[in-house]
Amino acid sequence: MISGIDKEIGFLRDALNLRANRQQMLASNIANADTPNYKARDINFATELQRAQGAQVGNLAMNVTSAGHMKTFAGTQNVQALYRAAVQPSIDGNTVDMDVERAQFTDNAIHYQFLLDSLGSKFKTMQAAIQGQ
Amino acid sequence: MSLFNVFNIAGSAMTAQSQRLNTVASNLANADSATSSTGQPYRAKQVVFSAMPLGGSRSGSAGVKVAGVIEDPSPMKRMYDPKHPLADAQGFVTMPNVNVVEEMVNMISASRSYQNNADMMNTAKTLLMKTLTLGQ
Repeated sequence: MISGIDKEIGFLRDALNLRANRQQMLASNIANADTPNYKARDINFATELQRAQGAQVGNLAMNVTSAGHMKTFAGTQNVQALYRAAVQPSIDGNTVDMDVERAQFTDNAIHYQFLLDSLGSKFKTMQAAIQGQ
Repeated sequence: MSLFNVFNIAGSAMTAQSQRLNTVASNLANADSATSSTGQPYRAKQVVFSAMPLGGSRSGSAGVKVAGVIEDPSPMKRMYDPKHPLADAQGFVTMPNVNVVEEMVNMISASRSYQNNADMMNTAKTLLMKTLTLGQ
């Protein structure tokens, strides 16, 4: 039963985790807009989500002594941070484009809210099913 | 939870930017200080930012820290004013090398960056508050 619920919300959980991760990365880009030699970083969301779906156990796996034990989840822990290609290179070596970063930050925040809403409605559906109403 | 890290990142950037703003204020305030506690004319100061990796090197995110405050090495301004008590034998007074235009630009840039980071914190707060009410 637990694994059934896990299957229901697993995808949204992975996506939500990745969105939170990406939000942090975009925040550090905006924070370092004036730092010389800072290179803007981002993740490829689609690739990372696929990887998280495939890999239930990452580097943080716990030892299991029986095949029936539940596996720990570490699919979105080790994301691969890529470097953003600079649109207008600046002389101090900084590649942060504030317009791009702010747009992505807002976009990511909206996606995060959408995923939260989806997860919430999923819980509501499950609750309705459990209560039989 | 990586959203909490947004607070650390934005907070560190706001600290760094406000220090930059302080330096600008000091430079502008002393633009005409021909002497100081060291006996020398005031030298313009600039802050140097550097990225500070957060949450492990793997996460790829970084906050900001002020690596140091440097003194502007550019030459001092020399002003001809024989009546000035600090004038040398030729009648020139050495004045601070503060470039007022540059400082004003720095000031606007610092306050804009500060605002951006404050906005970012607000967004992260909204997202976290919504996360806390998940399933209710």
